[in-house]
Amino acid sequence: MTSISTRRIKALPIIIWGYIAWSLVPVLIAVAYSFNDGRSRTVWKGFSFRWWFGDKYASVFHDDSMRQAIVNSLVLATTTMLIVTPLGLALAIGSHRLRGKSATAVQGMTSIPLITPEIVVGAALLLTFTRLFSGIPLGFPAQLLGNVTFSISAVVVIVRARLVSIGSSFEEAARDLGATRLQALRYVLMPMLWPSIVASFVVVFATVIDDFVITSFLSAGVESETVPLRIYSSVKGGATPALNALATLLVATTFTALTIGVFGLSFWRKRHGETGGFKSALADLTRMGE
Amino acid sequence: MNKAARIWAALAAPGAFWLLFFFAVPFYAVACVAFGSVDPIFRDAIPQWNPLNWSFGEFNAVFSSVTSGPLRGVFARTIVYVISAMIICFAIGFPVAYYLARHAGKRRMLLLLLIIAPFWVNYLMRMLAWVNLLSPSGLFSRFVGIFGVQYNWLDGSPITVILGLVYGYIPFLILPLYATLERLDWRLVEAARDLGATSRQAFRVVTVPMAKAGVAAAAILIALPMFGDYYTNDLLSRSPKTEMLGNQIDFYINNSSQPQRGAVLVIMLSTLLLVALSWYLRSTSRIGKERVR
Repeated sequence: MTSISTRRIKALPIIIWGYIAWSLVPVLIAVAYSFNDGRSRTVWKGFSFRWWFGDKYASVFHDDSMRQAIVNSLVLATTTMLIVTPLGLALAIGSHRLRGKSATAVQGMTSIPLITPEIVVGAALLLTFTRLFSGIPLGFPAQLLGNVTFSISAVVVIVRARLVSIGSSFEEAARDLGATRLQALRYVLMPMLWPSIVASFVVVFATVIDDFVITSFLSAGVESETVPLRIYSSVKGGATPALNALATLLVATTFTALTIGVFGLSFWRKRHGETGGFKSALADLTRMGE
Repeated sequence: MNKAARIWAALAAPGAFWLLFFFAVPFYAVACVAFGSVDPIFRDAIPQWNPLNWSFGEFNAVFSSVTSGPLRGVFARTIVYVISAMIICFAIGFPVAYYLARHAGKRRMLLLLLIIAPFWVNYLMRMLAWVNLLSPSGLFSRFVGIFGVQYNWLDGSPITVILGLVYGYIPFLILPLYATLERLDWRLVEAARDLGATSRQAFRVVTVPMAKAGVAAAAILIALPMFGDYYTNDLLSRSPKTEMLGNQIDFYINNSSQPQRGAVLVIMLSTLLLVALSWYLRSTSRIGKERVR
């Protein structure tokens, strides 16, 4: 290698570590300030748990509206995850096997949400729920429908990738041995799809709990406020470090879900003799394969 | 339809109908509001469900505002901000992804984890972090104050908004970029070098053509949501001086009595993105053809 390109490569680690510092240090500072003893989010007054649980009224675990936001977020993310995973799983299997025009139409329709900006979906659903399907009230029902709609495609992508890697030979073998199509689906394919189901659960949970745009467009005041909405509405005011604590809690929840997912998936892979392990599990959850 | 096809259709049906009702129909509803009429007394939008009776008055009004009125600045600003943010994203993201894919060695797993981490840190948390740092009493403002820099970062500063967009979307660029670069056949680059190409020539003639499609896909992946972004701007500036298309949509749909104008803007944004997307699809299919040849 010439001296020029070696020199250039030596500069790269500086860029990468610089990038990592830039992307993480501000967040770590925000986490640190949630332990600030003072009222300010910017001026350090010593360490305390005041804004986590020390303050009987304004700390995260005592402030009623913050607790409500946490409950709303958890309920919305869990419900969405439970509805969208079976829906997307069935859609992925069905559309993967279908042939002809209907298959093209379905596949086209599932890929469009992936490239549509959330503001377009949020605005379209708001206009629909207020003017066309007016039986669906804004707030939790509308937020749930909106998040399910926006997450189906993610589940389809995850499951379809798994279907492609499984191939059709296992089901064909089952059919040759006398299983019906439904039996082959239930007893041969389904057990092999478990990693993609777990990955869908985790990805949908993490995406919905972090979602801002759709949840915000379809919210109905304070009682349907989730944690991201709460952060958004109080960032610019004189909010206390309790806001940092709330945001930290949100990040911790997402990371817990993902950690469980990554370790669960790599454990499953190891037990079933599949290669890839930790790295494949990570790729499943970040959808890097796309 | 044979029995197998019926099973697959039955499996696909619930999800497909869901998307039809809650994705396709809402798009139609947007068009019906945009091309509908306005209640003369309450000034609220009345959707026109029959396409034959659509009126284009509001659309034309918005369109002329875009070509020669107040909305022109908003459109121009949106495009300038997004393109600037994209350029900075690539200037930082490409070296990072390249190093990770090619030279990380033993530390690759650790680096990969550290680079994935911001991907999963809530967007609003990352913005909150910067609002805290940039506020007049924040650590960053105090730090640059030492060097005599007095600047109100959070009051309609285009630099803050563009860097905010970069900060927000760059994780979504780096991962697909890394996935693309990792899959490339680097032996071809080595072959080019063995055959006498300089590293710069090998990069231009071998690496760039191989990576083009994946890089374009990654670019599209962050460009589309950036065009519809409004919350970055809201959190870091909230000033008319930096207002983008997304802010206008958010305003007209959520906070005004003119949802019709909001619907028209949604259609314009979708059209803009559709044009960008079809350009991308055409160029990638051309890349595919070149490769076959």
